[in-house]
Formats: sequence, C-alpha cells, structure tokens
Amino acid sequence: MTLHTLSVLVENKPGVLARVSGLFSRRGFNIDSLAVGETENPDVSRITIVVNADSSPLEQVTKQLNKLVNVLKIVELDPQVSVARELLLVKVRADRAARAQVLETVALFRARVVDVAPDTLTVEATGTPDKLDALLRDLEPFGIKEMVQSGTVAIGRGSRSITAGPSLRAA
Amino acid sequence: MTRPTPETLAHSARRARTVTEPAGDADPTTTPRGTAAAATPAVRPSGPVPVSGAGSLVRSLEALGVDVVFGIPGGAILPAYDPLYDSSVRHILVRHEQGAGHAATGYAQATGRVGVCIATSGPGATNLVTPIADAYMDSVPIVAITGQVARPSIGTDAFQEADIQGITLPITKHNFLVQTAEEIPQVLAEAFHLAATGRPGPVLVDIPKDVLQAATTFSWPPTLDLPGYRPTLHPHGKQIREAARLMSGARRPVLYVGGGVLKAGATEALRQLAELTGIPVVTTLMALGAFPDSHRQHLGMPGMHGTVAAVYGLQKADLIVALGARFDDRVTGKLDSFAPDATVVHADIDPAEIGKNRHADVPIVGDAKHVIEELIAAVTTDQKAGRRTDLGDWWHQLDDLRERYPLGYDEPADGTLSPQYVIKRLGEIAGPDAIYVAGVGQHQMWASQFISYEKPGTWLNSGGLGTMGYAVPAAMGAKVGRPDTVVWAVDGDGCFQMTNQELATCALEGIPVKIAVINNGNLGMVRQWQTLFYEGRYSNTELGTHKHRIPDFVKLAEALGCIGLRCENAADVDKTIEAAMAITDAPVVIDFTVGKDAMVWPMVAAGTSNDEIMFARGVRPAFDEDDI
Repeated sequence: MTLHTLSVLVENKPGVLARVSGLFSRRGFNIDSLAVGETENPDVSRITIVVNADSSPLEQVTKQLNKLVNVLKIVELDPQVSVARELLLVKVRADRAARAQVLETVALFRARVVDVAPDTLTVEATGTPDKLDALLRDLEPFGIKEMVQSGTVAIGRGSRSITAGPSLRAA
Repeated sequence: MTRPTPETLAHSARRARTVTEPAGDADPTTTPRGTAAAATPAVRPSGPVPVSGAGSLVRSLEALGVDVVFGIPGGAILPAYDPLYDSSVRHILVRHEQGAGHAATGYAQATGRVGVCIATSGPGATNLVTPIADAYMDSVPIVAITGQVARPSIGTDAFQEADIQGITLPITKHNFLVQTAEEIPQVLAEAFHLAATGRPGPVLVDIPKDVLQAATTFSWPPTLDLPGYRPTLHPHGKQIREAARLMSGARRPVLYVGGGVLKAGATEALRQLAELTGIPVVTTLMALGAFPDSHRQHLGMPGMHGTVAAVYGLQKADLIVALGARFDDRVTGKLDSFAPDATVVHADIDPAEIGKNRHADVPIVGDAKHVIEELIAAVTTDQKAGRRTDLGDWWHQLDDLRERYPLGYDEPADGTLSPQYVIKRLGEIAGPDAIYVAGVGQHQMWASQFISYEKPGTWLNSGGLGTMGYAVPAAMGAKVGRPDTVVWAVDGDGCFQMTNQELATCALEGIPVKIAVINNGNLGMVRQWQTLFYEGRYSNTELGTHKHRIPDFVKLAEALGCIGLRCENAADVDKTIEAAMAITDAPVVIDFTVGKDAMVWPMVAAGTSNDEIMFARGVRPAFDEDDI
C-alpha cells in the first residue's frame, strides 16, 4: 500500500467533514492525516486527506466521495509535482546545559523557537513529513515533553489551480 | 382517472431530469442550476405568500405534486400537521413509523414516483431508520421528513431529541437539517430532485420545531443549488461501440439485468436488445419483471436461489453485459471464482458500482435506457457490417440445462400443504397484472421462483437489506399508489408478525390489500440453514403459530378490521384464493398453514462458488464440461 494525497473541494456547509470522514471509516479506510480549511472562495472548503491504500480500493473510495452531494471536486496530488507541508509544535526539555544544543538543532532545521521557559523551549517547524520526522529524531534525546502536529496540506506546483472552473461556483 | 404506468411515470421523471441535464451533460464542469418547476410542470409560479415554516413545507409538498404521505404526528412535527389538515395532500396515519417508511417505498416502487413519509423527532425518526436503510440498499426514491427539537435545544439531549441527520448519514443519498424557514421550499425541491434522479435513493429532511413555527414567505419555484451533484446519464460512445463489438463476437454472452433497468424505464428497450442479439437474459431479484419470465431467452434469476441455467449461464459466460446490476454477493457467490472466463461490460448510472466487486473490462456510466438504446444502435451497425456470432451451441447447452433442471419442488412427504404450490397457484390465479410484494425468507424466494412476472413494477421486495416485515406496509403503499391494481403481499409468519399492525391502517383508510401468509410455524429460511448447516438443531426458529396457533392469524386479521381466511390443504387453495380475489372492499388475510420442512432449491450455499450449486438436497447438476 502507498500513501496518496487527495485534495477534496467541498461546499462550506455544516456537517460536510463528518460526511467525508465517516465515509472513509465506513468503507474501511484509515486516514493517515486530514486537514481542512477555507479556500480563496469562502463558499468552498478544502480537505486534504492522506490515505494509505492500494490504487484499486482508492479508486472506489474516490468514487464514493464523489457521490457525496457536498463534494465538488477531488484531485489526487502527485508528490512529484506538488508541495506538501505539515506544521509541528514541540515542547523540548532544555535546561541551561542543553539549551545551546537544542537551539543548534532548531537552527539546522530552520525551525523557530516560539516560547521559552526555564527548563523548556517550544519549537515551531514546518516541512514535509520526512523533515519533521528527522527534526523529532534529533530532538528526542533532549526529552520531548509534548508535541502536536497538523495534518498535511498540499498544493500542486505550477500556475494551474484546481479551484478554478465553473464547477466550483458554490452558493 | 387512468393511472399512469410505471413506464410512463419513469418517462416523466426523465423529462424532469432533462431540464438540468443539458448543461451537465454537454460540459461536465458546468454547474447545474435547474428549478423545481422542472419536476412539476403543472404548477404555476407563485408567491411570495406569508406563511409559517410548516405552511411552507405543506405548500412545497403540494407544489411538488405529492398526492399522499404516510406518517405519524408527534411533538416536534406537530406544527406541520396543522396546515396538512387543510391540504390536498392525503395523509395516511400509520401505526408505526417503520410502516410509513416501507409504505413510501412500496408506493415509489409501484409508481416510479417519489414516496414520502413523515415522523416526529427522536423515536419517530429512529423508527424510520430501517425503511430508510432498506430504500438505500434498493435505490428507491423516498423523502423522509422528520421533526427535530427546536434549534436552541439541539445538542442538549432534549426530550425526544435524536441526531437523525447523523444517524442516517450512511443510509441516505443525502440529508438536510433545515436551518431557517426561508430555505424550506428549496430544501424540499432539492430533496425530491436528489431522490428521483441519477441513482435514486432516500433523502431525509430534518426540520426543527421552531423553524416550522417561524413566520416566513412561500415562493415557488425555488432555485436548486447542487453544484456537486451531476449524475452522468449519457454513456460514452466509444465504450458503447466497444461493448457492441464484444457482443457481436462473443460465443457465450449473457445479459445480466439488474434493478436499474426497471428504474430507468428501459424494459422495452431491453427486449429489443435481447431479441436483436439473441443473447440469453438473466434478471436479478431486483429486476424481476424487467424481462418477461415467459420469454424464450429468459434463463430466470441468477444467484443463491437462482435457476441452474441462469447460474450456469453467468458462470460459464465468455461475456457478461451487466445492465444496472451491481454484482451483489448473493448473485456472484464466492467472488474470486465467479464467471472466471467472462469479459465484463458493466453499465450503471452509479460510477462507484463499476469495478466495486468485479473488474469491468468495459465500464459504461449512464442511465440504463440511454445505454441500451445506444447499444441497440451500435449492435445494429455491427450486424449490418456482417458481424454476428452464431449462438446455437450456447443455446443448446442452456436449453439442455433448462430441460434437465427446471424449477420445481417435491410434494411434502408428510401430506402437509406445499408452500410452493400455494404460491404457484396464487400467481396463476391473480395473474401477471397483479402486484406481488414479498417479505424476506423462504416465501420471498418461492415467490420469486414460482410466480411468473411479465411486466415491470409487478414485483416488490426488499432485496439488498433483506428487511423482514417489509411486505404488509409496502403492499399498503403500492395499493395507495395504484388503487386499480390487485396487490398481493406474500408474507411469512415471522415477517407478518413484525408489521401486521398496518392492516389496521389499511382497514380504516380503505386500502384493500391481500395478504397470503405462508405460515409454516417457523422462521423458515433460518430453519432451512439449521437443517443444512447446523445438524438440525433448531435453535429459536419455532414460532408457535402452528403448535399453539398463537397468534391465530384469522382472529388477528378480524381484530384488525380485515377478513381472515384459512387454508390447510391443497384442495382448498384455489377456492380460498378466489374468495380473497372476490373481496374488493376490505383487506384480506389468508393463513395458508403449510408444512415446515419445505426448502428453497436450487441453492448456492453462502460463501461457496456458483460452481457448487445444488439442484436439490444432495443433488449436484451434471454439467457436461466437454461442451464448453
């Protein structure tokens, strides 16, 4: 099985996320990551779903998603020609002795410190899932007190837009 | 007045569809924005008129051409019942909301129009869950309208509150929680449009009580705004030509016909295609009546209790042309051994059905009528060019199987009345113009096997969900939709005890349905499996309707305002059926007391390959493998 990234454009209406996520669990698919937010059109929301599936079951779930009345469009983003990012916030143990080393790691990954306490630093990082995994691996020895991660958001490269077009004139 | 037939109704539904169709068809990216006037050409634009939300609901139903709704009032839906009191819409007060739901389904299946049921919030709404799930599995167009607690109370576990929108998410084509009184006409119009077009299905509209009470204005027609809903009706020409090429070249082709052909009103087109190509036809449980049972090319029903010829035909086919069918497990048997040599052409209006269970070599998305008509044109072109394969050998094999393994049954050795005989005689006496509505179980399978279906819309049953208790309320709905047609429910004693209270509704509302209870005193199909697979350990299948005559179905019928008859031996079967046929002003129940040991054959045991079909207990058909 491989990871697939689906961009699902939906009408911005109550309950749509439940319809989409419910469909995945009902049809026996595990969602690896899910992120939802508004688009440039306030009537349209965009759900980015990363799902671990073979291509034939994925086609079935895509077709089932397409049947949801509130779903406007589904595009599978090819990792070769798209940009995918996650956001990570992590609280790392960093007393006086370790602080310099932690800051060095943070700088190496072009992450940022967003909060400082006497014995911890809170670090914000964005990047591909691979990069964030690497950062976490390097911070692990200092002691991770708490972390939170967003779902993947992704967008195609180049000038074409999947939200363009008359099919998305919602409301 | 003359009642429209399902065929003509399907036509008018299609006409309604086409108003939003051109934009969607010509350019799949165009947003369809039709108006509800499309569905109700007779209604003149009106409004704005000041009304309550409830008034807006009832006026919307009137404008949508609804003539009857089935329901039960209660607290949250109560405001709607006030304007309904004065409305031209007939409300039939049922005894249980499940009855309202199945009645709406029976009405829809018998007429091709959208069936409507109404319930209050909480338990009223949850009682609709089974019929909604049933309609979803069998793609029946119904609209369920439920009351909801007032908006400020939603989410507070208020009295009779249930999140019916959330509960029905997986079993509706779509559902709505109405937020304001202003949107009621639009939501209703969208609900009816969604239910009736594309692949039909149930739509639920949940309306909070304060929305029903709010002051608003009513205008008609509203604008539909369904940018994400674009059913594909016209098939792709290239796929049609490829399908026709395969049909012209196949040596062992079969047309595998499902319920989609009935829903599309494509039965006449199907007959033309079948006769043009000479290809054998099988019709699934949901498609009985789509192709005349008496037609020479009809092999019967495939699947778990299908005919040997139909099961074998699909299993040995080199080409399966599936039309509005979905390769259900009851048809395919063990999926990975189903029709191993067949190339598959799969046409369905729902793209998600294609390739879901069986890979489709030629996928065709489209309405069955368009698909079949275009196949006729393409095959005709091929034939004019001299492309046609002789199917003589194939027919020779199939005819041989039909002759050696016809549908039949043995008279019970203990001298009890044979259920198959009762059902066979019922079909012969009531004839091909009657509507037959079955519950679920042995009697359903016998009704599918031993009644001859010649016309569309004459066989109603719960195919996908297998809902025991479907028959009585669905027959009630069918009779309301087609009052000039004789409607027979063929029910089992188990099923009948689940929903027979709707006979009180039938008696009071003047709905003279006829119920044949095939009373074998047991949950017969379960008992059959216990006989075959559980060494005859009959755990909890004996119902006591024989041993103790509890309940006494004749007395029960009479208590419910019906006429009750009983028949216990073969000699009385005809005259009892004829007596019931002669009663036209009241519902009739016949308690056919039949033997408990009769079994449904042929049978492909669950989870086994269709190759393992048993013609009767211990009898495997002999297939001459050299012929293939």
